Amino acid sequence: MSAAPPLAAGPATLDGARLRYLLRLGDTSLVLGQRLGEWIGHAPALEEELALANLALDLVGQARLLLSYACELEGAGRDEDALAFLRDAPQFFNLTLAEQPNGDFAHTIVRQWLLDNWQLEIYQALAHSTDTRLAAIAAKAVKETRYHHRFSSGWLIRLGDGTVESRQRVQRSLDELWALTDELFTPDEVDERASAAGIAPSLTELEPRWSARIDQELHAGTLQRPARQPYPWHGKRGVHSEHLGHMLGEMQHLQRTYPGARW
Amino acid sequence: MTAATADPDDRERQVWELLASVPDPEIPVLSIVDLGIVRHVQRAGDGRLRVGLTPTYSGCPATEVIRTMVRAALDAAGFADAILEEVLSPPWTSDWLTPAGREKLRAFGIAPPEGAASGPGRLGRTAAVSCPRCGSRHSERLSEFGSTPCKAHFRCGACGEPFDYFKCL
Repeated sequence: MSAAPPLAAGPATLDGARLRYLLRLGDTSLVLGQRLGEWIGHAPALEEELALANLALDLVGQARLLLSYACELEGAGRDEDALAFLRDAPQFFNLTLAEQPNGDFAHTIVRQWLLDNWQLEIYQALAHSTDTRLAAIAAKAVKETRYHHRFSSGWLIRLGDGTVESRQRVQRSLDELWALTDELFTPDEVDERASAAGIAPSLTELEPRWSARIDQELHAGTLQRPARQPYPWHGKRGVHSEHLGHMLGEMQHLQRTYPGARW
Repeated sequence: MTAATADPDDRERQVWELLASVPDPEIPVLSIVDLGIVRHVQRAGDGRLRVGLTPTYSGCPATEVIRTMVRAALDAAGFADAILEEVLSPPWTSDWLTPAGREKLRAFGIAPPEGAASGPGRLGRTAAVSCPRCGSRHSERLSEFGSTPCKAHFRCGACGEPFDYFKCL
């Protein structure tokens, strides 16, 4: 494993945009998978712990496929482990929502449900990408995302349409996390370049589909959609909330302390 | 005669037979051929054999172990020049489990997938799963997730035994 050089490629070229786009997808899966893994040993019931660990495993697996592809494109001779363990927070391009701490079970479910719905739209569309490698990864990931979404939407509805306490908690988390959903479908030059080349879908076209299913499931859970809020974070541009650095501190501790350590 | 000098047409068949002896590390009663993850064994232009493997789930930890086991089996049998390649598309489906593989699963105590992934049997819509011990279809799902990504957890209402179900995906 070599030390991680700074990511040279920016979005100015198509290759740079493709690489950055892959890092966004891969980092979002990796960071979310790491968060879910934090539940192991702490989940409210064994079945839910198995579920969260299974989701984490799928997400880390998807991240590995995406990040190893990114490494090949980058051509700097480093592998996906170097990307995961040797980059600092500003070199991660995950959505800010993915890095938010677990909170209680309701909080984790809301975060998961919002992102499962996002991944569902993104991967379904990416299965038709002009980038055949990315299309193959997406076609596989979407099958997994479907059952992730069934798990998270099932719990969102049960908690929302549950007791006074569970409804309050899930609504509170929804109100708190909602501001971060704006980033999901707000395109920047990376998204636009990737979309123009047929690599990625148009985010503005996907947003209404995401929004419609969100509304339908909120309704089933007797929950209120929060008002649109401005948001100050841009994780997908490397500008993160304070939480990512702490999470990476734990995730990267072993490789930073014992560089090149292997199982 | 070593495998590498055998009749070229026979080499593909030999490799298939060899792969049929490589067990899935998580469910060792199944071979990787039973599991449907060997996508092809074909001769490349230069005469070398290409062996295509596909992962079951993106994050299945067995994938890497399987690749190592296949490499070792090929090397040991005189196919050291065979090329191992990962095939992602089309994505693996439990529909590719062989009939023999399904029977092995049942005998091992794991209910095989019911129906086809493209049809009404798909995970989450499974109406009923037969208990691998007593055969009753009076079973309930305890969890859509189990000890490995490919399994869900069920309980039989007739004999009362909990059991694993190999998900239809």
